[in-house]
Amino acid sequence: MNTRQGHVVLAHGGGGQMTDDLLRQAVLPRLGNAVLGELLDSGILPSVGQDKLALTIDGYVVQPWRFPGGDIGRLAVCGTVNDLAVCGAVPMGLALGLIISEGFAVEEIETILDSIARAADEAGVKVVTGDTKVVNRGNDQDIFVSTAGVGRVATGRRVSPDLVQPGDKILINGAIGEHGLTVMLAREMPEVHSRLTSDVAPLNGLIEHLMHVVPDVVFMRDPTRAGLAGVAVDLAERSGWRVTLEESAIPVRPVAEHAAEMLGLDVLEVANEGKVVIVVRPREAEHALTALRGHPLGRDAAVIGEIADVADGMCELRTSIGGRRVVQKPYGEQLPRIC
Amino acid sequence: MCLAVPAQLVSCHGEEAVADMHGNRVRVSTLMTPDVGPGDWVLVHAGFAIQRLDAEQARATFAVIRDADARETG
Amino acid sequence: MMGSGSDLCTSLSRLRVSAGSAGRELVFMEVCGTHTTSAFRSGLHSLMPDNVTLLSGPGCPVCVTAQGDIDLLIELAQQPQVTLCTYGDMLRVPGARGSLETARGHGASVRIVYGAMDALAFAEQHPDRQVVLASVGFETTAPGAAAAILTAQRRHVVNFTVLASHKRVVPAMLALLRAGEVRLDGFLCPGHVSVIIGSEVYRPIVEDHGLPCVVAGFEPVQMAAALAELTEQACGRRAELINQYIEAVTSTGNRTAQLLLDEVFEPAEVRWRGLGTIPESGLVIRNKYQAFDAQSRFNLAPAEDHEPRGCLCGQVITGKATPRDCKLFGTTCTPVHPIGPCMVSSEGTCQAWFKYRGAGTCPGRTARRGQEVRA
Repeated sequence: MNTRQGHVVLAHGGGGQMTDDLLRQAVLPRLGNAVLGELLDSGILPSVGQDKLALTIDGYVVQPWRFPGGDIGRLAVCGTVNDLAVCGAVPMGLALGLIISEGFAVEEIETILDSIARAADEAGVKVVTGDTKVVNRGNDQDIFVSTAGVGRVATGRRVSPDLVQPGDKILINGAIGEHGLTVMLAREMPEVHSRLTSDVAPLNGLIEHLMHVVPDVVFMRDPTRAGLAGVAVDLAERSGWRVTLEESAIPVRPVAEHAAEMLGLDVLEVANEGKVVIVVRPREAEHALTALRGHPLGRDAAVIGEIADVADGMCELRTSIGGRRVVQKPYGEQLPRIC
Repeated sequence: MCLAVPAQLVSCHGEEAVADMHGNRVRVSTLMTPDVGPGDWVLVHAGFAIQRLDAEQARATFAVIRDADARETG
Repeated sequence: MMGSGSDLCTSLSRLRVSAGSAGRELVFMEVCGTHTTSAFRSGLHSLMPDNVTLLSGPGCPVCVTAQGDIDLLIELAQQPQVTLCTYGDMLRVPGARGSLETARGHGASVRIVYGAMDALAFAEQHPDRQVVLASVGFETTAPGAAAAILTAQRRHVVNFTVLASHKRVVPAMLALLRAGEVRLDGFLCPGHVSVIIGSEVYRPIVEDHGLPCVVAGFEPVQMAAALAELTEQACGRRAELINQYIEAVTSTGNRTAQLLLDEVFEPAEVRWRGLGTIPESGLVIRNKYQAFDAQSRFNLAPAEDHEPRGCLCGQVITGKATPRDCKLFGTTCTPVHPIGPCMVSSEGTCQAWFKYRGAGTCPGRTARRGQEVRA
């Protein structure tokens, strides 16, 4: 057993005094609030009256846990907040589970907790309950976070692929590919020094701002692991309509474009953690675009496509040279290639 | 069959150089292109600079060179 | 940008005009997976006249690697003292028993590298490991492996070896023509291989076989211009060697890279998937560098060859069949569960068909040119 000072040991997850120490010294000073501070087995949230509740959970296993532009803590807050927000929910509270390898430096746990606190602050949401476990498997750089979140959805608010109709416009709030490329470079090619940083950010503020201007947003989804391609293909399949994307309208920064080119990857298939794909009625497209661009996380927003009046459930890309091709969901994580 | 991308050399040290692709920097070997120097545009394949590019000729072809121009002037 | 756009329009209209006057089907072949990917990703196929077809030839190193060579790699990766360094391309290629990725899942030490020198550096940092570079690829990649071997010798790195299955592109093109099973009207020659070997190497194809050869880069505008040139030559019953990639390719190639290659490697008869063995078509490590040859370091038996039952990859990479002709395509062989290498490699013909023509989502459709979306 690793008993070195400043490193996590199995007893930190044992529920005894060591666990209490970790909680009081590392967690509460950073994440403490009235609900969490009660230290009950559940965080008790206020009543939501007539509103509906949204509940979500996600696991975070990103390696390396720290990458340019963020870390697993920021990711764990933003990912869950965004899953709530794209369903039209206003996040109310988060539940945080940490699974830490024995030997992980306590100082680094504190770094991660700091970043959880900052991201939660940015999102205006509190961590209301949590749990810590320590395992002695794998290597001492492993940390896994699972974050559940609950939010309230105002009565009458509904976003769903079922509502999508031909003519609807598809928007995105900014440039794609930056999270996935950053993490892949950090993991597989640490010798590459890139100006790229992850776009990981909580989107609930942007989405509330948008829905204030355009209350009847039809559909939203955050294009995470399978990238924009994954969301567009899902939208086509779920709605039954053809989704048409305009390649030249999709925002991609040159640094990401050329990193993808160097690695042989298709930027459409690369993960994002601070982007949202939005479908609105055609008459609302300009309002929605203006609203998005008026928010710091939407300055590069663009209309990137539309729902075509063809009921084949396929996604088509109109390429920048005027050609057409099918877009499919990626099959798994892409790997850098040289051939 | 072979992915090669244009990059600009920012520094050279013996048989190695640092190549920049619009903010993505990677160490490359210059064993196949012994005459290159900082500022040169090269084609990079699998960690090697395999050819020096004439920037004037290559500008029309490679977006990265035009993007680099745009970055410098803008 | 404006310039390249109007160049594209010019090339495409040249292509349409000459194809229109051809009065017959024209079939060209590219022999480079990056051409395959670029044409599909950019939607170039959807802009081509109906009577012009661009086939993908044996230009994807993953796809032409014989199954036995892949089995050998996996076997080597499973040795406890070995760390196998591979390009990302090879990780998911299925051998007879799993892939490098599944071997890694079972504890084998497999690392993805971006270049041969990265593998050498890893060997220097880990003197307790036997570090093997799995080196596939054509003449573009092989000089890098040669440079790594020469550097290892100079620096006395004794725990570094290379398992080479390098191939030469021109012997494969000639073998394909000699077999005479595919009717072609010309070759779109690979840009980056030609950077190393020069454009003159295609001369015998032009002179002995009377086929136009155009060396081209990988931007859609470059490929369109090359197709226009090929079509005009085919219509005019001309056969010329044209280098349209003058930004990077010279007639004689990169002499320094050629010297590295010749110092370490020698041509040899090797086995290609789908083409069988072809004289002088491979590059094997010369005896004087045997110390850096994983084959002799680990005393590996020559690979036995076998191909998955029913898999038509061999015919696909020689242009004799399209993926649609294969019973496995899109049914049991998909990018998620690839059976043949052409489905594994992101530049393989089968994966490109599956992905960019949507063959997997709409198996019932059999449009002549596949499943491009046409409104």
